[in-house]
Amino acid sequence: MSTEYGSAVQWQEDLFKLLRENEVNLFCYVPDGGHKTLINRSIEDPDVISVPLTTEEEGVAMCAGAHLGGKKAVLLMQSSGVGNCVNMFALIKGGQFPFVTLVTMRGEFGEMNPWQMAMGTAVQPVVEAMGMQCLRAERPDEVVPTVQAALNMAYKSNQGVAVLLTQKLIGAKAF
Amino acid sequence: MSEDRPLDRKQAVPAIVGDPSDLLIVCGLAGASKDIAHLTKDGDNIFTMAGAMGGATAMGLGLALSRPDKRVLVVTGDGELLMNVGTLATVGIMKPSNLSILCVDNGHYGETGYQESHTQRGVDLETIAQGSAIPVTRTVTTEDQIPEAAQILRNSNASSFVLLRVSTAPPPSFKRSMDASERKSAFRKALLGTA
Repeated sequence: MSTEYGSAVQWQEDLFKLLRENEVNLFCYVPDGGHKTLINRSIEDPDVISVPLTTEEEGVAMCAGAHLGGKKAVLLMQSSGVGNCVNMFALIKGGQFPFVTLVTMRGEFGEMNPWQMAMGTAVQPVVEAMGMQCLRAERPDEVVPTVQAALNMAYKSNQGVAVLLTQKLIGAKAF
Repeated sequence: MSEDRPLDRKQAVPAIVGDPSDLLIVCGLAGASKDIAHLTKDGDNIFTMAGAMGGATAMGLGLALSRPDKRVLVVTGDGELLMNVGTLATVGIMKPSNLSILCVDNGHYGETGYQESHTQRGVDLETIAQGSAIPVTRTVTTEDQIPEAAQILRNSNASSFVLLRVSTAPPPSFKRSMDASERKSAFRKALLGTA
């Protein structure tokens, strides 16, 4: 975990490649240091539509709209954003929409900003309370297989799935 | 009927939408969903909501970006749009040319007992849409303004937003499906041939 917080690392490059191989071409995001490489790759790729949001819950509804049109989408956000999405998750559960969100975690392993603790601690119970699946990746080599599992659960079994990219994986931001 | 809101949604919404059959329509909860479910008899080219308040415009944006070959119309109410009015800014930066938004603004939260919304107290959603960089906007208050706005919603070659100011007369009565999963599958089957 010696890399600078949010710096480009191989697992993020591999993750972008995996999403593209799975025909995900709509990337919705709220800017985030932990997703920096993924966001930048999505902006650079001419075959990807990359959409910055004003709040994360827009991305939940946008991903559902993309599915109505027959396309695959992903929502990239930080753990605090999960709190902004809770009622919109009702659309995913009620409509049995396939949905994948990649959540960079704050408020857990080594957190130095006390404001992040409450929502970081609440992410998994909130996601599960809204009827979605929650998967965790703690090591670089877990990221690709975990996100592939999430895509399979979403698009084969009509699940909403949150993949938590944990603070052990990303590193704690220094304050 | 108030003087500044002479239009009744039961006539004005069908007049401004026209033939809905070649549109993909996403409807916000309550009145807007009732308007369009009634107009299309719960058609398979519409996705209506009875929850997820604030999500209609974003859902329509996701659909429009995914299907540039189709005209996507979002029909929503003032209360639903106000809950996530920031989505107009996201529409404004993406500007999909095939996305039109119709906000049926009765100035009230009809579903919860007709409490006044912010638009009844001076907030102008067309101005917010303009400030959000949506290229084409209109406000429709009278019948003679409907034909031009209808043309914009259907044919504009840039993202458009029409604020349709209506009275507090209720939406048409229609028993629509509230099963979002069933509606999703019907929509996809009609559009894609697969649920």
